[in-house]
Amino acid sequence: MNETVTVRTQKIKSNHAKRRLCVFLVLTALLLLTALFSMQLAPYDPYAQNLEEAMQPPSVRHIMGTDQHGRDMFSRVLVGGRTSIFATLALVAVISVFGTCVGTLCGYYGGKLDSVIMRISDVCLAFPGLVFAMAVAALLGGGISNAVLALAVVSWPKYSRVARSQTLALKDGPFISAVRLAGSSSIQVVSRHILPNILGPILVTAMLDIGTMMMELAGLSFLGLGAVPPTAEWGNMMSTGRSMLQMYPWIVLSPGIGIFISVVLFNLLGDTVRDYLDPRNSRSR
Amino acid sequence: MEPILDIKDLTKTFRNRGKSDLTVVDHVSFQLYPGEILGVVGESGSGKSTIAKLITRLIDATEGSIFMNGRDITHAKGAQLKDIYQQLQMVFQNPVGSFDPRRTLGDGIGESLRNHGVPKEKCRERVIRLLEQCGLSEEFAGRYPHEVSGGQCQRAAIARALAIEPKILICDEATSALDVTVQKQIVELLLSLQKANGLSYLFICHNLALVQMLCSRVLVLYDGKIVESGTPDEVILSPKSEYTKCLVDAVL
Ligand SMILES: Nc1ncnc2c1ncn2[C@@H]1O[C@H](COP(=O)(O)OP(=O)(O)OP(=O)(O)O)[C@@H](O)[C@H]1O
Ligand SMILES: [Mg+2]
Repeated sequence: MNETVTVRTQKIKSNHAKRRLCVFLVLTALLLLTALFSMQLAPYDPYAQNLEEAMQPPSVRHIMGTDQHGRDMFSRVLVGGRTSIFATLALVAVISVFGTCVGTLCGYYGGKLDSVIMRISDVCLAFPGLVFAMAVAALLGGGISNAVLALAVVSWPKYSRVARSQTLALKDGPFISAVRLAGSSSIQVVSRHILPNILGPILVTAMLDIGTMMMELAGLSFLGLGAVPPTAEWGNMMSTGRSMLQMYPWIVLSPGIGIFISVVLFNLLGDTVRDYLDPRNSRSR
Repeated sequence: MEPILDIKDLTKTFRNRGKSDLTVVDHVSFQLYPGEILGVVGESGSGKSTIAKLITRLIDATEGSIFMNGRDITHAKGAQLKDIYQQLQMVFQNPVGSFDPRRTLGDGIGESLRNHGVPKEKCRERVIRLLEQCGLSEEFAGRYPHEVSGGQCQRAAIARALAIEPKILICDEATSALDVTVQKQIVELLLSLQKANGLSYLFICHNLALVQMLCSRVLVLYDGKIVESGTPDEVILSPKSEYTKCLVDAVL
């Protein structure tokens, strides 16, 4: 009796997680599609200046108003989203792949190389990320790709830490021993058996990281270390509008809404993915 | 006759940081001859599994040497190990944990075949044949480790170890989770392979009756040392060391 009850609640729970996952996946897909086709969706040319219509408050014609050059804010937020979102996704993809590879190899082979790389990543983790990234970005010069690079340099250790500890937990376990006895080479052991087994935690880390990375990237742009005007990007749009915050708040608020929606959405997606992969939600294959 | 496996003064010391060192296997020497079933008995923690891991080179020996077919394999690595594993296989003590949780049993059983270049179709056939020999239906090839019982998994583990047709098989309590009827089937399978292929076994076991039935010789391990060896009848009927007496008394 008791058993059936737990089985049923588990089932309901996992159904619930599945439904939530679907909802957020659809919303995220919408966001990505909007970003992808922003040029086509934008009602006005985001770069066309029209000084006669500068600093217009939100209205029916310009639902997010216009900026100091008379450019339509809504179009700029849409197009700026493409830069912000895809730069963030590229950043997270690069650091998660790179960090995972480094961490897995360090964990599996150990030795001197492992100690050296782990000390380097300790150093990276010891500084506040954004401050370190600012230093690196300043060194590299402006531009969105340099900002991505700067954040990548300081953010990969998080992934290598996760991958390394997961690998260490697996590598002396009985099933890796059995795989070795089957005559698999180290490369095969890592690629066929270790990586697939540690992918879950890495994926969750990456999903939850998208929001943070988006904020940090916008932060770098805000400080003038990322995308340079006139390129539309949420961070630098907020930066150019900050001096006009009191008089013309929509210039800052519009890209702010973009950042807010995307960060919240990616965080919620990350949370649901984590819930979904949680082993307590017994999955049926 | 030349021994197929010659263990000399094998020692394993685990160095715990801070705490004192722990010698788990202490100058163990023995030989395994072709076609022989050598039993290893001993209480829990006496170092049986550690000896098995040392011989299969899953962990490094602190001292001593291991010869297989007269070849020193104490420090074998890489491609050399792959050759060794073609002749030396092991059934792990923890069968469920010894399969990759994300792969099917069939995948695990066929892995050694694929690694040695057996084509896919042949591999499949062989996996099904092996499962059958170990008393499992074809359908088990597609199951995941968490979807089968401990005993079924243990049989799959035996099938996996036999896949590559080794010359030496180390069974680390390979029949402990099986009921008597299945155990009988597995024992018969092992015996028939011994006759047909001249397979040699290192048979780690808690069940003295099974040891008496199967083994031609038996080693008694206590605290990492061999305290007694001989034929099962000698050891069980007229134990010499104190520990063996206790062991036998506890069972009878
Ligand atoms: N990696 C390790 N580090 C430290 N001590 C270990 C390690 N592995 C095993 N030991 C110790 O070595 C001893 C022998 O372990 P082993 O697994 O060989 O026992 P066993 O004879 O197989 O026992 P059982 O019958 O319970 O399987 C145990 O006391 C164990 O605590
Ligand atoms: Mg053991």
